[in-house]
Amino acid sequence: MATILAELEQTATANEKQDAVIGIQDVHRIYQLGENRVHALRGINLEIGRGEFVAIMGSSGSGKSTLMNILGCLDRPTSGNYILDGVNVAQLPKKELAAIRNRRLGFVFQGFNLLARTTALENVELPTLYAKLDVEERQKRARRALEMVGLGERLDHFPSQLSGGQQQRVAIARALVNQPSILLADEPTGNLDSRTSVEIMSILQKLNDEGLTIVLVTHEPDIAQYAKRVITFRDGRVRRDELVAQRPSAAQVLAEMPTSEED
Amino acid sequence: MELLETMKIALRALARNKLRSALTMLGIIIGVGAVIAMVGIGNGAQKEVQDRIAAMGTNLLYVSAGSVNMGGTHLGAGATQTLVSSDVTAILSEAPAVANAAPVSSASTQLVFGNQNWATTVSGTEPQYFDIRDWAFSQGDTFSQDDVRRAANVAVIGETVRQNLFGNSNPVGQTIRAGNLPFTVVGVLTAKGTSGMGGDQDDGIYVPITTLQKKITGQDWLRNIMVSAKSQAQSYAAQDQITAILRDRHRIRAGTPDDFSIRNLADIAELADQSAQVMTMLLASIAGVSLIVGGIGIMNIMLVSVTERTKEIGVRVAIGATEQDVQRQFLLESVVLSLLGGAVGIIVGIGSSILINFVLHWTVSVSMLAVGAAVIFSTAIGIAFGYYPARKAARLDPIEALRFE
Repeated sequence: MATILAELEQTATANEKQDAVIGIQDVHRIYQLGENRVHALRGINLEIGRGEFVAIMGSSGSGKSTLMNILGCLDRPTSGNYILDGVNVAQLPKKELAAIRNRRLGFVFQGFNLLARTTALENVELPTLYAKLDVEERQKRARRALEMVGLGERLDHFPSQLSGGQQQRVAIARALVNQPSILLADEPTGNLDSRTSVEIMSILQKLNDEGLTIVLVTHEPDIAQYAKRVITFRDGRVRRDELVAQRPSAAQVLAEMPTSEED
Repeated sequence: MELLETMKIALRALARNKLRSALTMLGIIIGVGAVIAMVGIGNGAQKEVQDRIAAMGTNLLYVSAGSVNMGGTHLGAGATQTLVSSDVTAILSEAPAVANAAPVSSASTQLVFGNQNWATTVSGTEPQYFDIRDWAFSQGDTFSQDDVRRAANVAVIGETVRQNLFGNSNPVGQTIRAGNLPFTVVGVLTAKGTSGMGGDQDDGIYVPITTLQKKITGQDWLRNIMVSAKSQAQSYAAQDQITAILRDRHRIRAGTPDDFSIRNLADIAELADQSAQVMTMLLASIAGVSLIVGGIGIMNIMLVSVTERTKEIGVRVAIGATEQDVQRQFLLESVVLSLLGGAVGIIVGIGSSILINFVLHWTVSVSMLAVGAAVIFSTAIGIAFGYYPARKAARLDPIEALRFE
């Protein structure tokens, strides 16, 4: 995995500008709620390159969740194009979107969303089941993904035996197991205390340093500053799109933080 | 996703709610168990009836003197005097499908032995009668053809008669009185119990037909002829042949009704068989209703399960499950529920059949057909009642599902 990511990083630096992983072109999303038409996205244009770490901010109703659903292939734009890895996926049939979610995208949610009474290893294995990999390969990948997030010792733990931070790390491992092009994280620190939040951000920074493209939705500026680029949404439009000037290292912040009783 | 993996997921999901899964299965268990036990009881009853009729002899034909129409007035059965002993000889020699035949006539009588007496039926017949009916002797033997020729005063008695007149003493060689006539007992019939029709087959005495006709009734015509066909299959041919012979002998013109009637025990067997089958169907369909109720229970629980696991469905879809994957997962859960229920139900059904047999002494015959049908039916129920909840799960909007709390 690490070597693959390293390779990806090399290609990313080689053609930084041309090699956009995500291209959003004039995307509109209109919901029909009874009599009302809700214009959630009003012509979005975005390009996210390989190896980028983008934080999307905005108040609720700004359209950031709608964009996230479209990026995650859970929703389709009413009009406009979504180019993912060079393919326009905007109007692909459901079955192909499922395959894209499975292999190209990794999801991390605010509420972790692990399956209860299912071990960490089995939770991480889940996406490989839908990828129809053989048992050996599945276990190998799941183990490696858990090692990457520092949980190599807790393969057989159930979610109920893990802390919130550890559960989110299992969820990140699950998102990584099929070696996706992009990690989509929707408020991944929303349910965590500040120390654990920084811990999760340090993992994301580490993964990004290894070449993984990350798109993060958050409403906390503290969290957004760990990304390389912050895009702010308002009323279905991009308000601001700027690079983070002095990006702190989450690992360093963590080292300077007073240790809490949580492991 | 592979079927085996989906199966594993289904089993785990069911194991997560053991009590609920067990209670849901209980509906199917009771349904399948009831179907198997009920069909078993029905089949057992059918077999019992068949056995009893077979004991009577399914190749038997019972020719009775018929009613006669005298100037528009129908007299009762047995009113004709046309059935005679020479008819028996003719049937024996002219009907190829007939194996044996014996004349029968009877009268009621009062038996006396010492200070005991007993009212019963005295039947006159010939020795082959006991062969035709396949009746065995517990003591002594039948009277002989010679006794018939001489119209001897000899008698074969049934077990009920023996008990009432003789108690524990040996009746063979003793002399009893029937009416005013003394009869020497030559044989005792083995107890046969109740007939298929409900009468006591052991209550009666048998004397040579000639003795009955000459010394008791004074009538030289017969009430019945008992005929055995060469096989059950030939009993209908025998019936036709006897009809032809008797019509010819009795000079009945074409178009006029018979002056006799023939009861074919194969007919009766068939009739009894049919009614037993109807009873089996009735029992099975009542039990089948509980199977459907069990299926509705599965559907109910699956719907609850889909709602409860909305978030899980959302996560699965987000990480790459297709609609088909989700549908298959839930469908398999309900099929596993109903199949497991079916398997336990088979054990319960067979177990309760054995128990019924043991406690109530009913003949219960577990039919493999019913077991097979139960398996197929419970799978079908799993699919039929699991389809809608599974479809509902597959159709969930993943965005809504992920937001579900």
